[in-house]
Amino acid sequence: MIPAPFDYYAPTSLAEALTLLQQHGDDAKILAGGHSLLPAMKLRLASPSVLIDINRVAELRGIKVNGTVEIGAMTTWSAIEQHAALAKACPAMADAVSLIGDIQVRNRGTIGGSLAHADPAADIPAVVLAVDAQIHVEGPNGPRAIAAADFFTDMLSTALEPGEIITSITFNSHGPGESSAYAKFPHPASRYAIVGAAAYVKMENGQVTACRVAITGAGPKAERQPAVEQALIGTDGSADAVAAAAAHAGEGMEMLGDIHASEEYRRAMCKVYAKRALLKAIERAR
Amino acid sequence: MTTITVTVNGVRYTSEVEPRLLLVHYLREHLNLTGTHIGCDTSQCGACVVHINGVSVKSCTTLAVQCDGAEITTIEGLAHDGQLHPLQEGFWEKHGLQCGFCTPGMIMAAADLLKRNPNPTDEEIRHGLEGNLCRCTGYENIVRAVRYAAEKMAAAPAAD
Repeated sequence: MIPAPFDYYAPTSLAEALTLLQQHGDDAKILAGGHSLLPAMKLRLASPSVLIDINRVAELRGIKVNGTVEIGAMTTWSAIEQHAALAKACPAMADAVSLIGDIQVRNRGTIGGSLAHADPAADIPAVVLAVDAQIHVEGPNGPRAIAAADFFTDMLSTALEPGEIITSITFNSHGPGESSAYAKFPHPASRYAIVGAAAYVKMENGQVTACRVAITGAGPKAERQPAVEQALIGTDGSADAVAAAAAHAGEGMEMLGDIHASEEYRRAMCKVYAKRALLKAIERAR
Repeated sequence: MTTITVTVNGVRYTSEVEPRLLLVHYLREHLNLTGTHIGCDTSQCGACVVHINGVSVKSCTTLAVQCDGAEITTIEGLAHDGQLHPLQEGFWEKHGLQCGFCTPGMIMAAADLLKRNPNPTDEEIRHGLEGNLCRCTGYENIVRAVRYAAEKMAAAPAAD
């Protein structure tokens, strides 16, 4: 399978990449890790006439961890996976990234590329929602930050405006009593999430005082689970309390159904994987 | 057309390529290095795995133009002076293949795995080869072959 012809640019700075994107407008696509875009181009599902490869933009790579975690948009899954301080600052991120695709996919795929693509079965959308991340972008009107909660607008659709490029992702490192986890039911061949759940909890004096849960894979876009969160806050985080709260997972969500998993099955798995992620997060937070 | 310069298995090549040319087609059709196979063509089977700057990637999901300036190693670059790489030897000794179609990719992926984790458990080997599909062996002997190579490389650390 061979993609349709295109013109190729490999800028070495963000400013250059933004200018190229501005020049070529809708005809252009940004090439990050290429592990969603190139397969789509090979299948001729996408035929951009211009490809702007940002792999040589060094300023978009890198991980900083102190009170805040900052991950450059072009940081590969492998770099995230191998970052010990990041795994400590946000275990859900480490859980999720280690389950993405396979080593070769993780060697090329990037966090910014995945977020911009917004595949409904990608893992990372659930994690950025659960840790309440900010997605930083730059475009013709300068830089801005988009809250993860506002970022995913529909299947394969985001709040990114034409001409904008994601530059980094930031969120708070977990503090005392805080932790997180990600659990997923992977498709056996592609490893995409049939259902994936990310959970963040804060435990104080044996009580859950804060909680965010998000589900990916089940519906057209990753979504927070307010009913689960509200049911868990104020409880002792026991297995019974978690099971009762997780029973609300998927409530009000549109479900996808396909040959791999029906809508009904995905709805059932939302509860199972929300429970698993919460139990793991609470165990880590204690 | 775009001009790229790449080093493949230690040999420097400068080529004119179309931007849409995939790395796997460049290796097979321009450089005649047909050891790298095309299996699924959808980034799942791993038959096309090569190393770019020492890191394993699926060459069916990489453009040749992206590799300008890179060092690439294919299965043809693993043996030195007629001496098989311990992984090649392991696949031979432990019958890690039947039809052999997946083998080049398996070996290149396993080489990356052993570089990161020189003494993997069987489970780590299986996890590390998740991106490589084999329709013949049932994987048992592939895991044994990788373990054989790990032990051999630990006993006599190779230059690479």
